[in-house]
Amino acid sequence: MSVFDGLKFRKSFSPIHNLDPRIKFVYVIAVFISALLFSQILPLIILFLIQLPFVFLARVQKQWFRSLRGAAFLAGFIFAINIFTNFFFNNWSLTAFDVENALGMTMRFVVLIVSFSVFFLTTSPDHLGLALEQSHMPYEFAFAFTTAVRFVPVLAEEAQTIMDAQKARGLELEKGNILKRIRNYIPILIPLIVSAIRRSLELAEAMESRAWGAVKKRTNLYLLKLHKGDYVLIGITTFLLITTIYVRLFLFTYIPLVSNFF
Amino acid sequence: MSVIKINDLVYTYPGASKPSIDGVSLTIEKGEFVLITGPSGCGKTSLCRTFNGLVPHFYKGDLSGQIIVADQDIMGEQTFDMAKHVGLVFQNPENQLFALSVEKDVAFGLENLGISREEMRKRVDWALNLTGIYDLRERSPHEISGGQQQRVTIAAVLAMQPKIIVLDEPTSFLDPLSAERIFEVIYKLNQEQGITVILVEHRLDLTAKYTNHLVVMDKGKICFEGNPRNILCNDEISQIGVGIPKATLLYKKLKADGFDISEQTPLSSDEFANQLLKVLANDYS
Amino acid sequence: MITVENVHYSYGNNIEALKGISLTINDGDFIAIMGQNGAGKTTFIKHFNGLLKPSSGIVYVNNVATTKTSVAALARNVGFVFQNPDNQLFSETVEDEVAFALKNFGFDNDTIAQRVTWALDFLSLTQYRKISPFLLSGGERKRVALASVLAWDPDTLVLDEPTIGQDHEQKENLRQFVMQLQTKKKTVIMVTHDVEFVAECNPRVILMRDGKIIADGIAKDILTNSQLLEESSIVRPQIAQIFAKLSPLGLPANTIDIDEAKTMILTKAKESNRQ
Repeated sequence: MSVFDGLKFRKSFSPIHNLDPRIKFVYVIAVFISALLFSQILPLIILFLIQLPFVFLARVQKQWFRSLRGAAFLAGFIFAINIFTNFFFNNWSLTAFDVENALGMTMRFVVLIVSFSVFFLTTSPDHLGLALEQSHMPYEFAFAFTTAVRFVPVLAEEAQTIMDAQKARGLELEKGNILKRIRNYIPILIPLIVSAIRRSLELAEAMESRAWGAVKKRTNLYLLKLHKGDYVLIGITTFLLITTIYVRLFLFTYIPLVSNFF
Repeated sequence: MSVIKINDLVYTYPGASKPSIDGVSLTIEKGEFVLITGPSGCGKTSLCRTFNGLVPHFYKGDLSGQIIVADQDIMGEQTFDMAKHVGLVFQNPENQLFALSVEKDVAFGLENLGISREEMRKRVDWALNLTGIYDLRERSPHEISGGQQQRVTIAAVLAMQPKIIVLDEPTSFLDPLSAERIFEVIYKLNQEQGITVILVEHRLDLTAKYTNHLVVMDKGKICFEGNPRNILCNDEISQIGVGIPKATLLYKKLKADGFDISEQTPLSSDEFANQLLKVLANDYS
Repeated sequence: MITVENVHYSYGNNIEALKGISLTINDGDFIAIMGQNGAGKTTFIKHFNGLLKPSSGIVYVNNVATTKTSVAALARNVGFVFQNPDNQLFSETVEDEVAFALKNFGFDNDTIAQRVTWALDFLSLTQYRKISPFLLSGGERKRVALASVLAWDPDTLVLDEPTIGQDHEQKENLRQFVMQLQTKKKTVIMVTHDVEFVAECNPRVILMRDGKIIADGIAKDILTNSQLLEESSIVRPQIAQIFAKLSPLGLPANTIDIDEAKTMILTKAKESNRQ
């Protein structure tokens, strides 16, 4: 259940949580692009460090660290693959430059993970749904997103009840060979599917009864308005993009390699 | 002035062998509190679905007869247009809440109607206050009880300011105390806001006291209609399988044994106790 | 026999759902477990067939600790009927649905056929034998769920909110079903909010609150105890509501049965006529 508990949104407030999710998303994309522009370790470390104030302002260090730890395996994998390919293509020899290059690739991945995890850790699903509603995509997408967030935990709970009900009738899920085990799940999947269909019918009925589709242009109870913080973030984002693009275009060759210091 | 007028309605769901509604005629006056009851499968839910055109527009199937609701012939109206006149509340609150916060859910219908934000804010707050859930407005549906969820769905149809609210067994998943609170909210809306209420319920012990227009259905037909005091003391009613309030049942049992405590059939425990105290106190004096 | 000794249980989130429960349920007992949502009723009953194992303390079912055996083994003795029949129905026919558990428990084909016939007959479902359970009405589906558990003839039946969503007649049928089980000396444990149903069935009532048992006794004492009812947000049964107001007449407030009520009122009426 713990996986789905994460989707039950918790309300917390911080300067970062209060930012407009659309702006936050643009910022994340800017970091993403910046990270792709560089392969050297130094600028990527700087990009990584830039994320830290956000993490601390949002007070999500613990969760953030956990997501970082979760990504550690993949990061290690990326590093190993890079080292190995360099090793392989350089006739079984390895230079400090190669190691730095591999580290750079790994760091690039870490920067991506970090910026996305700050976004998801500080944006509640309803805020995100609202942003979807007020961006220019069809309302149905936003609605599908919020209903999914609303019903995934409900269905997860239901799956647990169904499992309990069938176990109480002597069903042993872990019994038999692979094929038998897969078949063991039929008594769980069928009630779950039937119930999901019944639920969606009832939902449709309730939506119809509440004037779904009455006018072409829906209105919205909330209006996402840009606040001071959002303008600051727009400033930071613009500055970041201009700087990184400028450095990439004109100062790229001047970026020092750490391995040259040795 | 009637707000609902149904004439000789026969309706069969697609693929069904026999009609779910089999020759129903019913007139409901403005401002009434109507109680519809009957055993499971008697056609009461199908009847509710006709009030805003879910039957036949959403469910299809064969329909004959005439249904006029709030001066509209439902055959010629879309359900989303009827939604402005008739609010429907269903059995399971869980499947009627789509949003991630209470007030956003209450606003759902208004957003669909394209109501302006200022007007919407006013109506949402008004509906939240009337149903006593203003303090819960920022909660998520996971965080509130079934009884509170059902009050959210009532607020959600109320915000659309319908003339009629139809509730199809709104308390069947709730405990008796939460159920009683729901009924009090509905009764208040009827009394203070003048909204016509149509309530489908098994629990007559909690609801019979609110109405003087009881409709008992069985096998797709209306078999009794009128004042609950007259209907519930009828002996045939027990054969249909309607849950008569215990106070009424006790009254009938005493009457059968020759002890008639009052001319008026009691519908609630309070009424019964007061009648009995009066009779026996008179004897003592 | 089920013996519960000082059981505590916490879900993953460190919140204790059960805070030290001890209880003995004898063979043939008829018990209603009542209490508010979140009192721990469902958590508690899931210990009887090992779906949950205590965090501390012990639950013995027929002198075997539930931690020492499997759900499948415990289920042979303790049948569990969930609130919503749709959470378990999946077979193509009613017959297959009822046979499901019997096959899981490894009964031979003759026994299975015989048990299925018996259970379907017991719940008046014989005519639906070859029909898909999904085509039946809500009340009928509930009966199929009951039959599918009754089929293996467990000593104990646990019913979670059996009356929810049921109409008057279906509740009456359910009451008769439970009474029949009683004559067969089965142990029946039900979790319910339905005070009227409890008043009609007259079981031993166990009242839970906040993970503890706060009262254990006969229905007419617990369902008329103002303090307990208030603490658990339970509404008095209708007959008890009447009798709560009849104290000026000297009638006992702890009355929940309608026939008892009638007799007492008639006696009172005769007395007052004589005066």
